[in-house]
Amino acid sequence: MAHELRAKAAITGLGISDMGRVYGHDAQHFAAEAIQRAVADAGLKKEDIDGLLVNPGVTPVGGMGGVGLQNYLGLTHLRLLSSMNVGGATANAMVQYAAMAVIHGMANHVVCVFADAPLREGRGGGAAYAGMGRSARPSGMSGLYSAFGVFGVNAHYALATRRHMAMYGTTGDQLGAIAVAQRQWAAKNPIAEHREPLTIDDYRASRWVAEPLRLLDCCLVSNGGVAVIVSRAGDAKALRQPPAYIWGMGQGHPGDMRRKGWDVETQTGAPMSKKTAFAMAGIGVQDVDVLQAYDCYTYTVLVTLEDYGFCAKGEGGPFVADGKLAPGGSLPSNTGGGQLSAYYMWGMTPLSEAIIQARGQGGERQVPKHDVVLVTGNGGILDHHSTLVLSPNPS
Amino acid sequence: MYTKPIPQADDESREFYDGARRHELMLMRCRACRAWRLPSRPRCPDCWSTDTEWARASGRGTLYSFGIMHQKFPGFEADTPFQYAVVELDEGPRIVSNVVDVPPDGLRVDMPLLAVFDDVSGDTTLIRFTKAAA
Repeated sequence: MAHELRAKAAITGLGISDMGRVYGHDAQHFAAEAIQRAVADAGLKKEDIDGLLVNPGVTPVGGMGGVGLQNYLGLTHLRLLSSMNVGGATANAMVQYAAMAVIHGMANHVVCVFADAPLREGRGGGAAYAGMGRSARPSGMSGLYSAFGVFGVNAHYALATRRHMAMYGTTGDQLGAIAVAQRQWAAKNPIAEHREPLTIDDYRASRWVAEPLRLLDCCLVSNGGVAVIVSRAGDAKALRQPPAYIWGMGQGHPGDMRRKGWDVETQTGAPMSKKTAFAMAGIGVQDVDVLQAYDCYTYTVLVTLEDYGFCAKGEGGPFVADGKLAPGGSLPSNTGGGQLSAYYMWGMTPLSEAIIQARGQGGERQVPKHDVVLVTGNGGILDHHSTLVLSPNPS
Repeated sequence: MYTKPIPQADDESREFYDGARRHELMLMRCRACRAWRLPSRPRCPDCWSTDTEWARASGRGTLYSFGIMHQKFPGFEADTPFQYAVVELDEGPRIVSNVVDVPPDGLRVDMPLLAVFDDVSGDTTLIRFTKAAA
């Protein structure tokens, strides 16, 4: 007996704005451009959109509850509207709430959008993020982070990566193998920011950001926006694009008690999320044809592979070292280049590429067998996890 | 001259910072379920009791993880790259700090550590850690 939510909703539209080092626009512009393209992609009209979910990045978009973006676009009959944020897990999460809404008749076509414009001309990509948590007059217990220079997400992911290395013998070269594999995919993606070849020697030579993380372990920072449209499965067939049916959905937020026995750095919320999503989809990990794994850092991909059971806990390093994530490998992963090489749109990066692969529109990088496409989202410092299982097949 | 950010105590953390000035590592402890906690917050995350006390911790712990920061931040320019650490205290909670008097290649995750107290300004003491005697 199939799960009652399995394949009852589909992603029917995808819009990607001009992307990357694009200057002179705010996030609202990118959000609007992405939405306009998604609506056209689906073959819908503005008037068909009756739901809007907005995920702001580090620069503002949408205003309180998304109403700013609603009014900017003149969406005058929304039956669903909200602003949401669980970091890089939000894109999948928005699609999940949208799917449940359309399945139960609260809306027909829900737009889910992420947009951000942190890059400014002449400023490094990291500058927009590195200052997070910094204060001239830090106070309270959190002041300890400032006192010891633990600023920004790089510092925290370095701690997680170091812990994994110490526990399981994971090496820099194994992380580098992830960066190299994704660059091979990026070379085949016309909208990837970095398409030039990358070798393991290039990885080894890249500068330290926060040891054990090198620059090439870290995602890009991008200006842009991505929007997707979620519709009922029954309505999807009549629209312009091949539907990407939503087979499975799940989330995992394990919390962090910040004490002995609580190791979210190396054991994330992914197993919890996977369990819900795979049970709904009726699949096992061996059924996954294409993986789009959240990749704010190389390490995030590695720990995700372990936590979904593609390999045993601690064996992520050897698992990725032989190139199986790369073109021609047995587990094609982050096939657009991901956030390490293509574009950094939080959870919309893996989701957008998953839709392209599920539709069979990947061109040079299309994976021939793409019946089951797994999308993972990760937010905060491994605080949030979300899962989507997509398929071109309605059953 | 000490150029790095100096944390200011607020109501919830005053006992911690005052304790550090006395060269004592103070932690919150739930009087209902006896669980230690950090950061200091009025409500126990285990049993939700607000019946709370401050108690002196042993100062012993292990190195949960560490990093070497190479990005430049205001106040840290002079000694970048610099090391930072998360220490798992014997009582359970983890605290952000750094490890002193150990060469970089001598740092090992899970190595035993002991709190040391560094009076960085007239009214602020930071709790750092050093290698514990075997």
